[in-house]
Amino acid sequence: MAFGVYVHIPFCEVRCDYCDFATWTDRPHLIDDYVEACIGDLDQRKESGTVPPASSVFFGGGTPSMLPAEHLARILDAVDLAGDAEITVECNPDSVNADKLSIYRRAGVNRISLGVQSTVPHVLATLGRTHDRSNVERACAAVREAAIDSFNLDLIYGTPGESLDDWRRTLDDVLALEPGHLSAYALTVEAGTPLAARVGSSESPPPDDDDQALKYEIADQRLRSAGLDWYEISNFAADGNECRHNSLYWSGDDYLAVGCAGHGFTDGRRWWNVRRPEDYIARIESGRSPERGSETLSKEGRDDEALMLGLRTRRGILADAVAFAPAAALIDAGLLAAIDDRLRLTLSGRLVASEITARLVDFHQPVDPDLTSVD
Amino acid sequence: MIPLERLRAFSIISHVDHGKSTLADRMLEICGAVDARQMRAQYLDSMDLERERGITIKAQNVRLSYGDHVLQLIDTPGHVDFGYEVSRSLAACEGALLLVDASQGIEAQTLANTYLAVENDLSVVAAVNKIDLPAADPDRVSGEIERILGIGADEVLRISAKTGEGVHELLDAIVERVPPPTGDENAPLRALIFDSHYDAYRGVVSAVRVMDGVMRSGDALRFVQTGEDHVAEEIGSREPDQVPTAELGPGEVGYLIAGIKDVGQARVGETVTTPARPAEALEGYRDPLAMVFCGLYPVEGDAYADLREALEKLQLNDSSFTYEPETSSALGFGFRCGFLGLLHMEIVRERLEREYGLELVTTAPNVEYRANTRGGGVEVVDNPSALPSGSEIESVEEPFVRVTILTPSDYVGPLMDLCQSRRGEMKQMEYLSENRVELVYLMPLAEIVLDFFDRMKSRTRGYASLDYEPSGYRRSDLTKVDILLNGVPVDAFSAIVHRDRSYEYGRRMTDKLRELIPRQLFDVPIQAAIGGRIIARETVKAKRKDVIAKCYGGDVTRKRKLLERQKEGKRRMKQVGSVEVPQEAFVAALRLEE
Repeated sequence: MAFGVYVHIPFCEVRCDYCDFATWTDRPHLIDDYVEACIGDLDQRKESGTVPPASSVFFGGGTPSMLPAEHLARILDAVDLAGDAEITVECNPDSVNADKLSIYRRAGVNRISLGVQSTVPHVLATLGRTHDRSNVERACAAVREAAIDSFNLDLIYGTPGESLDDWRRTLDDVLALEPGHLSAYALTVEAGTPLAARVGSSESPPPDDDDQALKYEIADQRLRSAGLDWYEISNFAADGNECRHNSLYWSGDDYLAVGCAGHGFTDGRRWWNVRRPEDYIARIESGRSPERGSETLSKEGRDDEALMLGLRTRRGILADAVAFAPAAALIDAGLLAAIDDRLRLTLSGRLVASEITARLVDFHQPVDPDLTSVD
Repeated sequence: MIPLERLRAFSIISHVDHGKSTLADRMLEICGAVDARQMRAQYLDSMDLERERGITIKAQNVRLSYGDHVLQLIDTPGHVDFGYEVSRSLAACEGALLLVDASQGIEAQTLANTYLAVENDLSVVAAVNKIDLPAADPDRVSGEIERILGIGADEVLRISAKTGEGVHELLDAIVERVPPPTGDENAPLRALIFDSHYDAYRGVVSAVRVMDGVMRSGDALRFVQTGEDHVAEEIGSREPDQVPTAELGPGEVGYLIAGIKDVGQARVGETVTTPARPAEALEGYRDPLAMVFCGLYPVEGDAYADLREALEKLQLNDSSFTYEPETSSALGFGFRCGFLGLLHMEIVRERLEREYGLELVTTAPNVEYRANTRGGGVEVVDNPSALPSGSEIESVEEPFVRVTILTPSDYVGPLMDLCQSRRGEMKQMEYLSENRVELVYLMPLAEIVLDFFDRMKSRTRGYASLDYEPSGYRRSDLTKVDILLNGVPVDAFSAIVHRDRSYEYGRRMTDKLRELIPRQLFDVPIQAAIGGRIIARETVKAKRKDVIAKCYGGDVTRKRKLLERQKEGKRRMKQVGSVEVPQEAFVAALRLEE
């Protein structure tokens, strides 16, 4: 049974214009206390004796690479690891270097995820990113040099002003770096972000669904011919390079969250920590639980969720899990494929996964009223 | 029994919002019928709907002591749909109080009802209300009343129902100017039912006015129209709570409970007498006449039985709507319902949803057509999709109405344009005063049923008012326009329209539906057709992408909530073939742009 630990690092040098994550640029002074709090949190959980060895650890953010590498290593030390655990650190191409990576490597980190987003300068500018293509190339070279097994590149498509050629160029540039794993996300304009304030005005139209659909199809085709096949809607990997940690989220396995704003899922209960780092620190220091809220799903909620998450993956869902008629209609429409006893989204199906999920979870058979009582 | 000379019975005739219910509240207070502690606004409007909308749907009555006199106030419905109920309420009175807003002036509906009161030989006492408001112009409005109705401007009372100013004087004027009832207590009993409502505990409670003779508790009674006999279980007066009495004499207004379970057995206009000494029926009874029809369908097919039960129960309370089961290929099992008018339709639908917790799909309202077939027969068509095909029909007739509009003169131009575009034929135009005009048109009822009222209001900034009365059937050049979704005709979208405007209608409908139907997993062609001929076409393009971005630990809950909302949204959609159609699409015809 897989078990993961997610560690949230809520600090950034600058905030990207599209970002609505729990991250802050104005409180680096909290870093030391925060690291202690994460370690304290892990120690408390270990003392409670219910935490199995982790088969994966994921440092996400924020910008985990903003932490002094030794700090990150100390947090990792506090985690009880299973043999051959996958240990990922999200890094900003700007803030990785050989020294940092070699400390990571010694601490056990074996996977790096770089936020590239695009290699086209005007697209990066729209997103409010500070790096450029050469940073990315340098970062990838450094990862290889540090002998870290595998790395991922994150991309964003559908940014206002990004042409189809811009997107193709980004794909070509990143494929030239031969990553084993690639994530590609359609840009979502989140309310309250600087990007949201600009988008919708005349010079910056909102992302267009048809444009993003086309870009997804282009990516799917290019990545597949480069040997990176989809294994989840937004994730592509060479065989054996799938991210084990992220796969936990879709398979319904348990994971622990450490740090502010992290979400954990243990024993059928989903819970989330307080959002601000200072609150998290205060809670841990005073020996209280950092949990801000939780939910325990009903049977229906669990089933819906399993279907929703399962459908996002190449593995798909068991055909028996859904009603025949709606599934058959979706197969006829070319949106779903039946493979043995499982159902999997086709390329065009992946693009409308939400709609398909809604159809499969909530298909009402028409009910004939009692005709005999109609006079 | 109360001596005739001490009795006064009067109705209030007033437009929506002119302050009738507030005035009734003040009268109740002045006469000490309700103490201040129990007082709530719009005391007599008992339905939630009535209070919310500020309209009176059911006629109410109350008996008030004012000095030596007993005032019997009958609060009448104030909407064109309930014209017949108003006429019966007036028949129970000797006087009418015309209440007009001092800034708005007299409205078409009020005027029509006042004419009705005058025709019935009622004494009319006129008052302008809301004189406390800055916009009040009582001189102008009084002058208008004088010119239109011949009531001297100096006789028009000036009141504020809100503050109570002038209400005493108004009550005095009613005592002075409204004659006491006449009636012979020794004659056979004749009483008029002018309202009935259903009470879950008591059965039907009817409002009655005794014309001749005496109604006694425990008497055997005969209902002339139905021919049924019932026993007077309880009679009494509303003060405003029900106070039982042993008898009601001539001129008295009260209530009657006779063990009846269905208001259809005690309809408005019914005459009550005794089997021992039967009297002739009072004049003016008529069966309720449904003018407007629509289909009502449960959103969820399995709620059909609930809908039927709710309709049965509601009809105990309101016998003026009709319902018959019908099957739609698009909407499944439901009912074709007939109503007195649009407001009546809305009220019934809203009560079904609110009081019975049903979720309903309503089809666009239509009128009842008569198709003359080539074989010489006549088919009555209350559902457009049932109109026989062109080759079988010799001609189609539709109901016409005589429409009266009162408007400030500034809006005459736009109103004439509107009426003309609705196939109206002008019959009369008259200046009631320097700046108020009465327009009379003959117009197909179907044109009114589709959003005429809203259009009229928006073109006149709310100042014009409307009244109409049936004016028979006429032959029109009508044709059926069908709408096809995904190549399949959807019966619930069929409409009967004038041939000259059928293309435009088809174009507008397809355009509106394209807006209303969300993008689906495949292209949805929307076509309008006459017979087999396609006259307009639009396409809802397939949805190529929905929210697909990332989905990690922190996103799962949000995603699942999104999914729940999506499920909820789908529940409010109606599955028509393979197309998901939102409820509001079925009344798209009401929302076509001009």
